[in-house]
Parts: sequence; C-alpha cells; structure tokens
Amino acid sequence: MVTTSRAWLSLHRWLRGLNQEQRSVVIAYLMIVAIVGLGSLIMPQFASPNYLLLQLMKASFLGAVAAGQMMVILTGNIDLSVSWTLNLAAVMVTSIAQGQNERLWLGVLAGLAVGLIVGLLNGLGVAYLRIPSLVLTLGMDAVVKGVTVLYTGAQPKGESPELLNLIVHHKVWGGLPSVVLVWTAISLFCFIVLHRSALGRKIYAVGNNEICAYLSGVKSHRVLISAFVLSGLMNAIAGILLVGYAGRSFNGMGEPYLLPSIAAVVIGGTNILGGSGLYMGTVAGAIIITLLESTLSIMQISQAGRNIIYGLVILGMLFLYGRGSQIRE
Amino acid sequence: MTTLSIADGAQWLRRFFRRNFKVGIAYVALLALLGVYAGLQPRLFTKPVITATANQGMALVLASMGQTAVVLTAGIDLSVGPIVSLSNTLASTLFPDSVPGVIGVVVLVLLVGALAGLINGLIVVYGRLQPIIVTLATASIYSGFALMLRPRPGGYVPLWYGDLLTRRVFDLIPTSLVLLAFVLIFIWAPFRRSRLGLAVYAVGSDERAAYMSGLNVNRAKVAAYVMAGFLAALAGLFLTAQTSSGDATIGAVYTLQSIGAVVLGGTSLFGGSGGVAGTIAGAFVIRIISSVLFFAGINPLSQPLFEGLVLLIAISLGAARTFTLRNRLETMR
Amino acid sequence: MQPLVEARDITKRYDGVVALDQASFRCQPGSIHALVGENGAGKSTLVKILSGVVIPDAGTINVRGRPVVIDSPIVATRLGIGAVFQELSLMPDLTVAENIFITNPPRTHLGLVDRKALYRRAKQFLAELGFQDVDPDALIGELPLAQRQLVEIAKALSRDPQVLILDEGTSALTMQEVHTVFEIMERLRAQNRSVIFISHRMDEVEEIADTITIFRDGRNVASFPAGTVGREEMVQMMIGRKLEQVFPPKRALPAHEVPLLVIEDLSWGDTLRNISFRLGEGEILGLGGLEGQGQRELLLALFGVLRNVRGRIYVNGEEKQITSPAAAASAGIRLALIPEDRKTEGLILPMPVKDNITLATLHQYARFGLMMHHQERAAVDRVIEQLRIKVPSPSVTVRSLSGGNQQKVVIAKWLLTQAQIYLLYDLTRGIDVGTKHEIYQLMRALADEGAGILFFSTDLSELVGLCDRVLVLYEGRISAELSGEALSEENLVATALGMKANGREESPVRRMA
Repeated sequence: MVTTSRAWLSLHRWLRGLNQEQRSVVIAYLMIVAIVGLGSLIMPQFASPNYLLLQLMKASFLGAVAAGQMMVILTGNIDLSVSWTLNLAAVMVTSIAQGQNERLWLGVLAGLAVGLIVGLLNGLGVAYLRIPSLVLTLGMDAVVKGVTVLYTGAQPKGESPELLNLIVHHKVWGGLPSVVLVWTAISLFCFIVLHRSALGRKIYAVGNNEICAYLSGVKSHRVLISAFVLSGLMNAIAGILLVGYAGRSFNGMGEPYLLPSIAAVVIGGTNILGGSGLYMGTVAGAIIITLLESTLSIMQISQAGRNIIYGLVILGMLFLYGRGSQIRE
Repeated sequence: MTTLSIADGAQWLRRFFRRNFKVGIAYVALLALLGVYAGLQPRLFTKPVITATANQGMALVLASMGQTAVVLTAGIDLSVGPIVSLSNTLASTLFPDSVPGVIGVVVLVLLVGALAGLINGLIVVYGRLQPIIVTLATASIYSGFALMLRPRPGGYVPLWYGDLLTRRVFDLIPTSLVLLAFVLIFIWAPFRRSRLGLAVYAVGSDERAAYMSGLNVNRAKVAAYVMAGFLAALAGLFLTAQTSSGDATIGAVYTLQSIGAVVLGGTSLFGGSGGVAGTIAGAFVIRIISSVLFFAGINPLSQPLFEGLVLLIAISLGAARTFTLRNRLETMR
Repeated sequence: MQPLVEARDITKRYDGVVALDQASFRCQPGSIHALVGENGAGKSTLVKILSGVVIPDAGTINVRGRPVVIDSPIVATRLGIGAVFQELSLMPDLTVAENIFITNPPRTHLGLVDRKALYRRAKQFLAELGFQDVDPDALIGELPLAQRQLVEIAKALSRDPQVLILDEGTSALTMQEVHTVFEIMERLRAQNRSVIFISHRMDEVEEIADTITIFRDGRNVASFPAGTVGREEMVQMMIGRKLEQVFPPKRALPAHEVPLLVIEDLSWGDTLRNISFRLGEGEILGLGGLEGQGQRELLLALFGVLRNVRGRIYVNGEEKQITSPAAAASAGIRLALIPEDRKTEGLILPMPVKDNITLATLHQYARFGLMMHHQERAAVDRVIEQLRIKVPSPSVTVRSLSGGNQQKVVIAKWLLTQAQIYLLYDLTRGIDVGTKHEIYQLMRALADEGAGILFFSTDLSELVGLCDRVLVLYEGRISAELSGEALSEENLVATALGMKANGREESPVRRMA
C-alpha cells in the first residue's frame, strides 16, 4: 500500500514537472496501459503479443490518416476531405492495377497522385483564397466523392493485386505485420518533419501566429500547402493499404476514418486550434481509439454503447489535459 | 423632427445592399436555381410539386437555422445531425395513436433536443473546451442513444401525423411552409429580437469586447446551443413525418449540410454577422440541386459531382473579399 | 470626505511579471483625477481591475466606504463604475446604437428590443453629448478610430456611471472633440461624480485634472493637486531619476553618401503619397509625426507586406521588387522589420525563446531541411549573451519574459539575419529605462558597422537624441525633414501638426510621447 501511494506521488510530481504537451502524451500512453489492463481482465489473451500486434495493425490505417490530419490541425486548420480522398486513392489502385501484380506500381502511383492533387487544391484554397478550411475541405470532400462515384459507376470495379494483399498481410520477424512497419516508417517521417526539421518549426509557428511567422520571412503559404499535401498523401497511403487489407475497394470505405482521425489527434494532446502537440501523442491517440473499439466489442457492447463510451472518453481525456483559458485575464 | 431626404434614402439603400450583399447572393442563387428548375419541370408551379419541394428542404432549413445560432457565436455544432436522428428515433419509438399522446411526445422530443443542446453549451462554456471537439464527442454520444433506441430502422408513426405535416393547409399552402413561418415568427424572431439574441451577435463579433461590456457571455453561448438542439429536434420531427419511420442514421448528413447551408447563406464562420434569412435560402439551394440535376437529365452518376462543385463554387465566392484587401496581414487574421 | 472609490495595496502579476505592486489609489466625488506614468507603469491594469476585467492577486477595493469584490464587468456596472478602455470594448459587427445600449436596450411591452426606440434614443443621446456627427445606424467596423472612441465614451456614459474612467479615451480625437469630452467631464464633476482620466498628453492633464497621481513601476509614487507640481518634476517622478543624456553620441561625420536604400515616389492608396528619401550607410534616419500618419504603412510597404504599392525601391543602387517579407529578408536585400505590436506581430508568445530567435534564420541551421540543433543552440546562446537577454533557459516560452526582454528577443531574431537595413517601429514603447539605454547603444553600434536604420518613434526625445535626420510624416506625405540644429522637439511637434507644411492651426492631435 505504502509503496503504491509513494509511486503515485512520485508519478504525480513527475507529471507536474512536464509541460502541458508532454503531460498529455504521458497521460495518453497511461490510458493505453489502462485499456490493455482492462481488456486482459475480460479476455486473458488480450495482452498477448499476437493480439496486441493485431491491434497495432488495425491502428495503422487510422494512424496514417491521423498523422496527416495532425499536420493540418497544427497549422490551425482542419481536413474534412479525408474520407473520399482515401476512397478515391483506393479506387485508383484497384481500377488501374486491375488485379495484376505488374500494374500495382501504376495503381499506387495514381493513388498517391490523388492524395497529392486533393491536398494541393485544399492548400491553395486555404493559403491563397483564404477560404476557411472547415468549409473548403468539406466542399472538396463532396467533389472528390462526386468524382469517385462518376469514375466507378456506383460500385468500384477491379480487385486488389495479389501482391498488395501479400504485402499488407505479410508478417516479418515472426509476427510483426508489415503494415505496422509502414506505419512506423510514416511515424518516423512525421516525427522528423515535426520535431527535427525546419518545416516542422514553421508549421508550429504558422499554427500559433501566422502573422508573426510571415513577418519573420516564413513563406506561410507554402507551409499551409505542405501540411495539406502531406495530409492528402497520408490519406492516399491509408487508402492503398486498406485495399490490400480488404482485397478490394468500395465506396464509403473512407468514412469511418474522418472523425476518428480528428479524435486521435486531439486525444493525443494536440490543440485543435493549432500550434501545439507532439507527434507521439497522435500515435497514442490512434492506438487508444483502436483498442477502445476492440475492448468494447469484446465486452459485446452494442454499437450504441460504443458510440456513447467513445464520446465520453474524448471528453474525459480533454478534461484531463486541462482546459482553455478564460476570457478575463 | 427629421425628414427623410432623398440623400438619406439613397444612403439607406446603399447601406442595405452592402450589409445584405451575401444574403442577396444566396437568394439570387436560389432564384436562378428555381428558374432552371421551372424551365426543366413545367409542373413546378402546381400544388403537389410546390409542396414536395418545400418538404424536401424543410428539415435541413430547420436544422441549419439552429446551426446558424451557434455559428453566430463563432462556434460550431457537429452534433446537429445526431440530434436529428435522436429526435427521429425517439418519436418513432414513443408515438401512440392518440392526438394528445402525439402532442405529448412532440413536446418531450423537443425538450430532449433542447437538453442535448444545453449539455453542449454547458460543456463548451464551463469546460472551456473548443466547440468543434466538444460537439464531435457529444455527436458520438447522441448517435449512440439514437442507435440504442432503434438499432434497426422501423418504429411506428401514425399516418395522420405524416399527412398533417407533409400536405397542405386548406389545400392551399404547404404545411411545411406554415410551420417555417410559425418557427420564424414565434421562435426565431423573439430570440433574435431579445437581449439574448443581441448578446449572441455581440459575443460572436468580439467575445472579449462583449465581456468587457458587461454582457453575460456564457449565457448567450449556452442559449445558442440550446436553440440549435431544439431546432434540430424539430427538424427530426418533421423528418419523422416525411419518412413515417425511425432510423438512427437518418440525421447523419445534416451536420455537414447544415454548415454548408449556413455558409452559403452568408453567415460568417468567425461569428457576429449573418442570420437565418440567408441560411433558409442556402438550405433550399443544397436540397433543390439534386432535383434540378435530375430533371436536367444529367447522368445520375455525375450528380454528386455537380452537387459538390456547386457547393465548392458557392463557398469560394466568399473568398472574393480576399482580393480586395491590400494589406496582406489582414488576410491572415 | 469619503472617497467614492478606493483601492488599497493592489498587486497583480502576469506570468511572473509584476504589473501592480501594492498600489493604492483613491478618488473623491466631484473631482477629475488624472493618472499619469510611463507605459507599463500599471495604469491600465488598475483601470481593468476597477472595471472588473482583471482580478487582482491581492488588495482591497472600497466603493463609498464599503468593501466590494469586482469580479466581472457586470458587477462594476452595478457599482456605478464605467470605463472607456484604451483598446475599446466595441463589437465591430453591431451598429453604434446597439453598442451604446448593449446591456440595457429599450424594450417593447413584449420584452423585446425596441429597435425604433433604440435608434431614436441613440441619436438623441449622441446629440446631447455633442457627438451628433456619429451615425447611430453605422456599423462600428465601418467607422474611423476617432468615431469609435466617441462611441466608446457614449457607451460608458449610457450606464449613468458614478465613476467614469477614461483610459487614453481621447487619443485619436481632434482638439474640438477633446473639448467636447472635457465639457462632459466637467458636467459629471458638477454632479458630484468623479472621473479618472489617463492621458499621455500633459497639456490635457494640466488643463482638466483636479488631482494628479503618478504611477511608476506598478506603484503610486505621488498624489497632489494639479498645478502644485511643475512639469519637469512630474516627469522626473514618472521616470524616477533626473533627466540626463542617455543617448550615445551621434556620428561625427556627415552622411558620406553611400545610399543603402533609395525610395522614389512611393504611394499606397491615400495612406502614402509620393514618398521619396534616401537612407545612407551608417545612418539612423528617424520617422516622426503623429501616430497614424502612414509610418506603419511605410515600413510595411518597404517590407513587402502591402499590395499595389507604387513607386521604386533601390537597394545598394539596384531597383528591387519586394513582394513579401521573405523577399525583403533575402540575401540581395537584407531588410529587417521590428513591427508595431510585439505580442501579435513580433513574437510567438507560446513558443520557446529559442524558436522565436531563430525563426527568421532557420535555413542557416538546416541541412537538407533538418535542423542542426547544436548550431542553432550556439547561435541562440551567442545572441542571448550579446544582448544580455535575461532568460533562465532558451527553452522557456517568450510569454514568461518581461517586456524589455521580449523586445530583445525580437531584436535578436533580426540580428542573426545580419540585416543591412533595419525598419524599426516604436521599439522602445513600454520598455524600462535600462533596456532602452541598451537598445540605443545597440542601434548606434549597428549603424557604426554600416547598417542603415529607419526608425519611427512616438518618443520625441528619442528622435532628437538618437537620429541623424528625421522625416516627419503628415497625412501620408513627408512634410518636413529635420536635421542638425533644426532637429528639436519644438520643430518636431510643429511639423507633426502640419503647421509648417500648410500653416493650419487646427489639426488632429494624436498620441504624443
């Protein structure tokens, strides 16, 4: 008893020494431990390496989307065109590759091109036309959906090339799904961009105070465009991976990723208004959401109950991270 | 006594046009759309088609009016759609056959909607959290309740209830338009014209200044969310009359469409300026496009693309202002 | 006599910076009480505490002898305290009438806002105050600053306050408008109410105030009836020492003509009109004039922020098109701008000192886009030491620094770019005397190393003491160029009012040092 309370005390003291960004990330990872603990109470094999790796695999798709979403949110914007960008990229893979392995690279390239173009258009609209990203990306999502529906004729044709399925379902080093490796690579890339590169510094600067950044010679338009392009590319990558995971593409496949991507970023401690947040938090956010989903389904809680708990968890985490400032000084 | 000179009148007119420019664009767009519609569908000006067209837009109009209240405070409500669903599933679950029973359920549903809005408002204000993320979370919660009430579509809605709301009063005016007039006169106007309504605009215009002026900023914000919840519930009740059944996912499209309608209607996402007059036009534009495209004989597969393009172009029109600013810093505020 | 309002031992800190340090203040009914002091002396903080916008950390407030807790502006209004805020408390999307009666609009018998009565009453009220030029139906966002100030005053008066506080409430008004406001203040005094008046213009203070209280470094240092203490002495109390020569010696040689920057016929809308001048190597060129005569726009235009700027800009003899700050700071041009508002334009408050300092020179420490943290850190340490910036560590947020150290961070950012031309906007405003000293020395040192400095200041003594020449702007034009003997405070004031330029007596008086 004494030791636990002392452990709590020292944990508490350590947490207080961190800044808010770091504290949020630590809390998020503690949350993961808590969910795994809870899960293994219900289902003993929950904490087994195999099961957790499966969870990581499921989290990878969301993780990729959330990584892109985070770039955009950090600049003080939001990307609501996630769903159909992902979808159109996926559709491109199946329709261009037509199930043939030798055409896979063409499909992947086309998918990435979709992400690049949508991201570029979003970025140009926000940076130069100054359309609020909330409505611009909303409109863009509708247009991309229109393009997808028109292109596919209601339901996409073509299948995933066998090679892509193999890659996605392949396990390396005796059990590690290759998708998790892809996510790790994406994470490494995003971590370096955000925390070790000049672009990352500029993203935080623009998100906190675009005017000051601009007056300091930062080409803020380019920074905004870069963030949206990265988001578009991440959505495309998620779409391509999902094709391999499901073996096909279908209309509506991106919709379950939009709101969770925002939630993952925010649960990871990133300020929804931009300018602050650590990349490792977003990784934790994607894992939390995936684990929560699985735990609740193991507990045989209905979709209804899951939605409710899901909402409560987001609110609860935000309260834990500390609230915004009051108007008065 | 002051006399209204011609110069005064001219100035008043100029000012009127400048201040209502964006609303004007929304109505011009709506009229143009209706003009095309009338050209394509000669029966447009017959009672059944008018009624159908009005009904088609009504639920979105109501939901978007609520969204307007929140956007005016510089907030956003992503739970509008789930509240529409919640209202629809609750009504279809509880509806009895009797008239008093139905009235009781309607009142209850409206109260639940207002309560949902109240919860949003209280968390935003006292939790000091961002509206977008608070309502994202409550949206999940409310949609959970809707699913709990009705895991599968179904439920019971008295036939007369559907007929009453979706037909015409004295076989002349669509009931939906009468309902809209009722809402405007007895709910929106008193809200807008009250001190609370003034405070909503003030808070959206400059929250800090509103606070320093001694306004109750918190009360104004909470009121806006309550209004949004209430009107979303009303939208759900109308939708229930249209579909005669309950479906927990029916409201999903209303969240984003209501934001689209508000923006098309000329209300600033930064709060403080705009109003429901534009929103009503915006909502009808969004709802009528698909019918127009249908009658234009456009390939049904390309319909969503055209809908999206119209929405995107309309949103981009608001960007025209950016090019009139000669100080680049002003575009960044 | 019992004071109407009394504040005792008020202390307020912001992020470790002390704004008020056990300050006390009392004002009697039937009096006009002026608060004077340097920027950052704590006057505005006291006003905000009395009006419920800011909650003090310690201290007590009495109104008519009764202790009160003013924890919101609503409470202040109820206690009869009305304030005209320096930054204004107006809602730009609302009309003048709505703003004036925002908390107590006339209502119909249904309890709704009676719009007709609202506009009628606003028109009548504005006329009673002598502000009949203000249109009650105009949106605040459409009005010029002077009219907004009048509305802010009308708004405070509409609540029928027992105590009216004017915090720089007349800074944008013309002489005539100022006198209208003075008449209102005198009427309030006659009604046995009180007015707390803050102004930078000593003439106004001496003209209207009964009592003067001087603030320095967050404390009240003296209170006395107006007219009993001379102006010299008051200034000494405000700055806490004898006036002395604080400026480094000017350059001995006259500007040897190596122009760094030549401007020809620069115009921008109605704000800048045919501005031509040259800035030599090693020169500190002052920009004078009342605030708001185009100085800010001139600096922004040179720095590539404004669109549709006409005219020609030559740097080192070559014509340049400067279309963005990035271009202005680029290798061939090497301009630096220290902007007007430190907190919103000069700094990113929530980010670390280090990140702020290197924001303009990121490319120097990046290889293939990746930050070389050691090199960055070395540069930061070097410049922190050079400018003697007081920070516990370069990774603390800029927000936690004092005003003077914050401004040093902005300077550090541009020092690292090795700029050849510095555009400075009132960079000593709200900064303690010691830091000012250091900044003056630094500016002269930069000039001696060959940089050219274009320097706008609202502090006339700075212009006189520091600059080799001063260009005075009036209504967007250069109305005078002063140097040598002619560079005196008297001439600066005269030309700032456009007197020599066009001989007009009555002209808008805006904030002077």
